[in-house]
Amino acid sequence: MGKIVAVTGNEACAQALKQINPDVCAAYPITPATDLMQRFSGFVNDGKVDTELVLVESEHSAMSACIGAAAAGGRVATATSSQGLALMWEMLYIAAGTRLPIVMPLVNRALSAPLNIHGDHSDGMGARDTGWIQFYSENAQEAYDNTIQAFRVAEHLDIRLPVIVCMDGFIVSHSIERVEYIDDADVKKFVGKFVAVNPLLDIDNPKSYGPLILTDLYHEYKRAQHEVMTRVPKVVLEVAAEFEKMTGRRYGLFETYRLEDAEMAVVVMSSAAGTTKDIIDQYRDRGVKIGLLKPRMFRPFPFAEIANALKHVKAIAVLDRADSFGGMGPLYSEIAGAVMQMDTKPAMINKIFGLGGRDYLPDQAEHVIDELITLAKTGKVQAVKEYIGVRE
Amino acid sequence: MTTKPLKLRELAKGEDRFVHGHRMCSGCGAPIVVKQVLMATDYPIVASNATGCLEVSSCIQQFTAWKIPWIHSAFENAAATISGVEAMYKSLVKQGKLEDRNVKFVAFGGDGGTYDIGFQSLSGAMERGHDMLYVCYDNGAYMNTGIQRSSATPFGANTTTCPAGDVIPGKLQQRKDLTKIMAAHGIPYVAQASPANWMDLMKKVQKAFEIKGPKFMNVISPCNRGWRSKTNDAVALARLAVETCYWPLYEIENGVTKITFKPKEKKPLVDFLKPQGRFRHMFNPENEWMLKQAQEYVDNQWERLQKEAAFFGGEEKAEEK
Repeated sequence: MGKIVAVTGNEACAQALKQINPDVCAAYPITPATDLMQRFSGFVNDGKVDTELVLVESEHSAMSACIGAAAAGGRVATATSSQGLALMWEMLYIAAGTRLPIVMPLVNRALSAPLNIHGDHSDGMGARDTGWIQFYSENAQEAYDNTIQAFRVAEHLDIRLPVIVCMDGFIVSHSIERVEYIDDADVKKFVGKFVAVNPLLDIDNPKSYGPLILTDLYHEYKRAQHEVMTRVPKVVLEVAAEFEKMTGRRYGLFETYRLEDAEMAVVVMSSAAGTTKDIIDQYRDRGVKIGLLKPRMFRPFPFAEIANALKHVKAIAVLDRADSFGGMGPLYSEIAGAVMQMDTKPAMINKIFGLGGRDYLPDQAEHVIDELITLAKTGKVQAVKEYIGVRE
Repeated sequence: MTTKPLKLRELAKGEDRFVHGHRMCSGCGAPIVVKQVLMATDYPIVASNATGCLEVSSCIQQFTAWKIPWIHSAFENAAATISGVEAMYKSLVKQGKLEDRNVKFVAFGGDGGTYDIGFQSLSGAMERGHDMLYVCYDNGAYMNTGIQRSSATPFGANTTTCPAGDVIPGKLQQRKDLTKIMAAHGIPYVAQASPANWMDLMKKVQKAFEIKGPKFMNVISPCNRGWRSKTNDAVALARLAVETCYWPLYEIENGVTKITFKPKEKKPLVDFLKPQGRFRHMFNPENEWMLKQAQEYVDNQWERLQKEAAFFGGEEKAEEK
């Protein structure tokens, strides 16, 4: 087995990229992902990886170069955060629409204005519809594990889609945690050799990438892209099963915590799940039947599987670390979509928390659970969407 | 590889790598430019293309006019995109995963995708030192979207976003001198060319391909739709642009400026302006000042270029066949 280390989320992700040894990385620095690529640059300049590192002049060019490199026919990675991802937005659609298996750790950070460098999920949620597969990680270990698995998912011949691997900015990216590293040889074996599909560098068989397609066939192309997404959950689970065999660490499309017999559920992603689990334990000790569901794969969203996991609960609180202004929190909308498939629908509330890195504290989790207890009893929703932890 | 001789008879025997069937307007300069660039060499070429006329007309659905590997991703990033392709080539060759076949990387972009929205991407790729040639086909406006002004639009021109109106008579600013800006990047090779002087253009392409590192070529590309000219005068106008010194042919190799073609007699700018409807209003009596100003600008630029070339030991007396 691998060795146990004390590292930050960024360090763990950089280690994963080092072990994977991509052929090309194109990147641009942005807080809080900077440290990840700085470390990786060190690996490049010390000859620890074979990667051709392209240090571009913007994130738009980072993703453009990644697209060129991936189309050329090799393994490609980058990393970014927040405004960087926002600047890439146009190219995110093109990477997915061109079916290029690029892997990108995304250190989640708030979006301007006002300018803020701390963690929330606004960036990832803004990329929701781009066609990228999205994983969210609770801690450094998950960020590391998800990054390694992401290459297998992205490069799977049934899929060939780009993957974003999220971790919370600063909370995970900059906190030192216990992480179990996998041996280099095992990672190499697990990820395997890159298989190029229609590489641009096949000079003798020239390909044209990026055609113009108008009303006659665009619709069909997009339908095909939808179809590919439906194949993702199966592949994610297969890769996770193989990963579990190697490491003993189990991953699914989502994680449940004390949910099996729960009457109420909190749905929350990433680092806030850890705090919530602690509070759930306290309520469980007092006999309150509360559980947690933590989505890991946000795109494609596993509606049916999540509906099945939540089918027995009476009340659900969905905690969103991002807002859709004038709408519901993005995770709430997904859960509401899943719940629509259930015969008896639970009462649901949406809490917006932790924007711009505002701490999510144990007492906030307690308030949410207290409200859920009342909600489960009465079935009456007072306010569907509410900000928590707001300073008066 | 030796540089192939630029003999018409030989060139005519070569296989076209940008073929018929594309949907560029009849009389467009851009496909001529592309053909000349690709014809100049036998090296394997991988090209990227900025969104624009050339791109939307050359690869539609299952049809492509490109017999070389070709990639279009977006408008402002032809340079960044090809830089990624070049980086992957370098990486795979270095790792022994791909045979080194001396592949050349070229990016094609119009003036909108090069001077304006793609400028940052181009500047970045040049500074990073990728082994690539960027070819701008400059038709002086956003022709693909319907003739809107760009920073390459010449002074006075009537476009759909700087129309010759009652108060504002067309574009009041001079065009950006991108060739000089690219030279200021300190890259090993920068050149300005015209498809009318095909041998000069192709020689420059050949030279560029023998130089490692980033190269930039700015090529004038007449557009009869936007220039409001005849469909059969693209080459004639490209020639007049050179002969009036509106578009001087020169190169800057390792910082040394050389004029590669000096017209025996510098024609007045109006010879270039007159056949183009986009400058028609400048010939109205009240707009005489515009013609004067346009000529002065060309004179000044040409004067300056000659001084620069003289500083480095004069200009080559190029012959056009």
